[in-house]
Amino acid sequence: QSEAGTAGSSHSMDKSITLPPDEIFRNLENAKRFAIDIGGSLTKLAYYSTVQHKVAKVRSFDHTAKEVPSDKLYEISVQEEITARLHFIKFENAYIETCLDFIKDHLVNTETKVIKATGGGAHKFKDLIEKKLGLKVDKEDEMTCLIKGCNFVLKNIPHEAFVYAKHADSEFRFQNTHPDIFPYLLVNIGSGVSIVKVESEDKFERIGGSSIGGGTFWGLGALLTKTKRFDELLQLASKGQHTSVDMLVKDIYGGSYGSLGLTGDLIASSFGKSATADKDFSKEDMAKSLLHMISNDIGQLACLYAKLHNLSRVYFGGFFIRGHPVTMHTITYSINFFTKGEVQALFLRHEGYLGAIGAFLKGAEEDNPNQYSWGENYAGSSGLMSVSPDINPMQRARSGTFDMLEMDRLERQLVNLPLLQDASSYIPDTVDLTEDALAREYWLSCFEEALDGVVKRAVASQPDIPEAAERAEKFRQKYRHKLQTLRHQPFAYGSLTVRSLLDTREHCLNEFNFPDPYSKIKQRENDVALKYYQKAVKSLEELSWEERQFALVRVELTAGPFCEQLERPWLVDAYDQWIERLKGPPHKCALFFVDNSGMDIILGVMPFVRELLCRGTEVVLASNSGPALNDVTNGELQILTERIAAMDPVIQSGLKEDRLTLVQSGSSSPCLDLRLVSRQLTWQLLPSDILWSFVPQSSKTISSFVFFPLPFPSRLDKVLAMVVRERQTDLVIIEGMGRAIHTNYYAMLTCESLKMAVIKNSWLADRLGGKLFSVVFKYEDPTRKPSKDTVALTPS
Amino acid sequence: MAYNGHQREDEASDDGETPTKQLRSVKEMPGYLRNDTENEAATPGGSATSDRPTSNSTARHRMDSGKKSRPPFPWFGMDIGGTLVKLVYFEPKDITAEEEQEEVENLKSIRRYLTSNIAYGKTGIRDVHLELQDLTMCGRTGNLHFIRFPTHDLPAFLQMGRNKHFSSLHTTLCATGGGAYKFESDFRTMADLQLHKLDELDCLIRGVLYIDSVVSSGPSECYYFENPTDPERCVQRPYTLENPYPLLLVNIGSGVSILAVYSENNYKRVTGTSLGGGTFLGLCCLLTGCSTFEEALEMASQGESTRVDKLVRDIYGGDYERFGLPGWAVASSFGNMMFKEKRESVSKEDLARATLVTITNNIGSITRMCALNEKIERVVFVGNFLRVNTLSMKLLAYAMDYWSKGQLKALFLRHEGYFGAVGALLELLNPS
Repeated sequence: QSEAGTAGSSHSMDKSITLPPDEIFRNLENAKRFAIDIGGSLTKLAYYSTVQHKVAKVRSFDHTAKEVPSDKLYEISVQEEITARLHFIKFENAYIETCLDFIKDHLVNTETKVIKATGGGAHKFKDLIEKKLGLKVDKEDEMTCLIKGCNFVLKNIPHEAFVYAKHADSEFRFQNTHPDIFPYLLVNIGSGVSIVKVESEDKFERIGGSSIGGGTFWGLGALLTKTKRFDELLQLASKGQHTSVDMLVKDIYGGSYGSLGLTGDLIASSFGKSATADKDFSKEDMAKSLLHMISNDIGQLACLYAKLHNLSRVYFGGFFIRGHPVTMHTITYSINFFTKGEVQALFLRHEGYLGAIGAFLKGAEEDNPNQYSWGENYAGSSGLMSVSPDINPMQRARSGTFDMLEMDRLERQLVNLPLLQDASSYIPDTVDLTEDALAREYWLSCFEEALDGVVKRAVASQPDIPEAAERAEKFRQKYRHKLQTLRHQPFAYGSLTVRSLLDTREHCLNEFNFPDPYSKIKQRENDVALKYYQKAVKSLEELSWEERQFALVRVELTAGPFCEQLERPWLVDAYDQWIERLKGPPHKCALFFVDNSGMDIILGVMPFVRELLCRGTEVVLASNSGPALNDVTNGELQILTERIAAMDPVIQSGLKEDRLTLVQSGSSSPCLDLRLVSRQLTWQLLPSDILWSFVPQSSKTISSFVFFPLPFPSRLDKVLAMVVRERQTDLVIIEGMGRAIHTNYYAMLTCESLKMAVIKNSWLADRLGGKLFSVVFKYEDPTRKPSKDTVALTPS
Repeated sequence: MAYNGHQREDEASDDGETPTKQLRSVKEMPGYLRNDTENEAATPGGSATSDRPTSNSTARHRMDSGKKSRPPFPWFGMDIGGTLVKLVYFEPKDITAEEEQEEVENLKSIRRYLTSNIAYGKTGIRDVHLELQDLTMCGRTGNLHFIRFPTHDLPAFLQMGRNKHFSSLHTTLCATGGGAYKFESDFRTMADLQLHKLDELDCLIRGVLYIDSVVSSGPSECYYFENPTDPERCVQRPYTLENPYPLLLVNIGSGVSILAVYSENNYKRVTGTSLGGGTFLGLCCLLTGCSTFEEALEMASQGESTRVDKLVRDIYGGDYERFGLPGWAVASSFGNMMFKEKRESVSKEDLARATLVTITNNIGSITRMCALNEKIERVVFVGNFLRVNTLSMKLLAYAMDYWSKGQLKALFLRHEGYFGAVGALLELLNPS
């Protein structure tokens, strides 16, 4: 058997598991359906489990009944919900026996009779698996599994694929999930190379290959350098100079070969200078030359096949690639050279798991996992670890032992918003923290400092449960560790964004059973705000049309009492165009992404909705499917809307006539409450506005501001997409700093859009060249020329 | 790293180094310079390419003929590659007594030196078996000689040129290959020679087409292997390259260039690879300690690559039917060398063979893809990697035939590596 060759493995391998196994093989007691992929040095185990979750539900009180309890609007209950989860664990083959023993001891489910197996090592360990687990090993074709796994991750994991750029600000440039992943080319570089064309879920073909692959690098490298291990060879190569071994164009021409456009530094003949008996070459130089030779050759063949089959998406995988910056760089270079930049080499974050995922899917076909949408669980997944020896030795050591991927089944199927101009190029996040080191540093610190507050809030949300404090502490450790990981490896879960930081925190909170820490706060806020609804509407009604439009926008922007700071001109000011537009015919249908509970939704959004309805515009209110901080959820919004309808005939008739519709966004992404943010964020309350003077001070502090993005998911609930299409939506309203600035600022829609926000973060305001509380009011009509007021939100 | 298998230590080299009379050459210099200029000025008008009747020979004063269409002797074409310098020399056999008398001593000496030896210095070789006799070029009849020596011995060659006062002859030295550029100043400073530099691919194609058209007697220039997939019945057969276009021309020197040729003047370089003859020799030297191409080939002929490579059957026990891969196909070149015990059990011969097979198959594979992309079914392999390398040629023939299911035909040319040099000579005689 070959020397174990994966990066990170130590020479003297400790066969005992270094991490508590129950943190690795999680939820085994509910596990069913196993699959295993055993490669030359790594084993990947997959299983399916069901996870019991606590979820917060709201239920309206029957207000007609006699026993109206206190003054509460609705009741909150915590229920148990069962969701599905996929577990994938990667470890070195050396641990396989220990792992099988552990699984056997914890496996309760007796239904499972078969384990799907794939990979070159599957036959070698067949007897061991059957003996230890008592499961029948059912072998599946390696390539079929690989393709199935690849399709699955490409479809379900945003930022799965990335382009590698060694010298760029961020080495990893993650690709947007393309709505249609087919067709593509998969170049699997194992000991040899297989080139597979994938045309659909079930249709793929091995169109070619090459015998010059990872085995050639390893085998020939071992002969030339007397270095046995694959990762050591790569290390040698990363230190070498190939020019002492290779014959370059300039060695033959003295310079470039101009008429063919071949530059002097190109390799004319690999190992061309070593054709002599009387010279010694360093191990490093030979390893480097070999690496170039093999990478260039594979790249060239891949390009020839891509050209012949007219394919532009080419993914590379196999042990030769597997997260090694050295080989990703040389392959990328080769592809760029041979296609003159027309084709980009793409790599996958979960490349190592493809076979296991595919084998699992093969075994789970009756559950039809492909009919669901799945999401990567950031709490349970290790993320992409750089195997570069120079980067963070701690991470490297860990990646050498156990690596995990967990995926949750999403309750609803997600699709693209049909109104996006170009779904494939849409990037929700305005700033990519993977690329922007300053912003990354700021936000990571910001989240770290806010952690104490989040922990306190979580504990407070479960006052009757004594072990809540302990769980909250576990949450703190988990999330802090995630933040530390992200500091070293910002690319671990795809592009790092404020949104992904929030999502990760939400996943960690859920992991420790804090499903909705804000439910009670939201309840109280909604209650208070409702009391002022009629007053607010009345004062708006008293204004002239022009005054009212302006007041509505101001209310929208602030959901609270700002005054001087709202004086125009704003930082981005398309208010005049908006008013001009309002003087024209009404919109057919407006899609409104709502944000916070309390004043924001009740006193900010609803009057605006009301005005639209009065104009004859249908309104679709999209709210979060699941709880996330103080966001109003769909369940809460239904109750709130009913209550408002009872007070307001306009809303009432809107609902009745189906001109006002509530839909779920499909998202459960978080926002952050003011009080949980670090002091660094110098957000302040401002003097009261005349219009809002009747709002009690206490309620302003609760819900007025959303400083964090409400993620505007590129993947949306299917029903929402349908409604949007049916209603012929011609206006999208996005409001709040998080949604309109952090995300979606550059989103191009096929219909008119309104993006409104106040920059309430001095750091960000400073960066955008504006002052604190600058207003962004961006109205865009794709049929007209873009507004000149657009400010570039990324620093120059 | 010389390709000096036929090295012959004789007096010839010493002879060649003998200084010759200098006075005359110096005296003649201005005249020839002028002549050269006129000659060049005359070329755009279209110089004659047709053979002149021998009756004209009386009037063939060197200066006169130079003025009209023919450059002065000696006629050389040179291709300076990464590993080898290829030199073709036209030896006129129809020299009249008058010419003989007029022929300067230097020229005579060069002619005698080149034609009376088959080895020059320690590493220069004349490929006698490739010599083309009774060839008419530019109205003159003579023999075309094919000479090669390692590029690293170019300084010795220049020294010899200096010693023989080559520059006094004022011939235009047409040269192609990268070395024409790299060593241009060395030619000037060391041998007082001005090179006429030519593009190597232009020369290559011109050379191929020319040689194929003039070889009529003796062994056919172009040939192929019949039954390439059956080692028992695989035989070399002549091939007539009458209607050559389109063709894929694969030149395997130190590196590899692949050209799609649609006509003599219409071609493109499709791609190239750095895994070529230089890689084979370079890796063999490192892996086996050999130092020459001939040594490496000899070892390869005695080795067994299947001990080094991992085959499909080593992984799947037989054919990988799902993808139509036969068990004998190489799954991973040098793949068995990942394992320590296997590394310890292979011989140098096995390693040399595996290197040859790896490089050859890879060239075959890239060539096949180019043929498919360019929709060309005929492939001509040339270049010195194929010299005395039947192993690689048969392997290429096999690979082309097997993987294309008989669609592609691999063709080979006897003068393998000399076409660039021939093209350079043609440029001297008939500037394009």
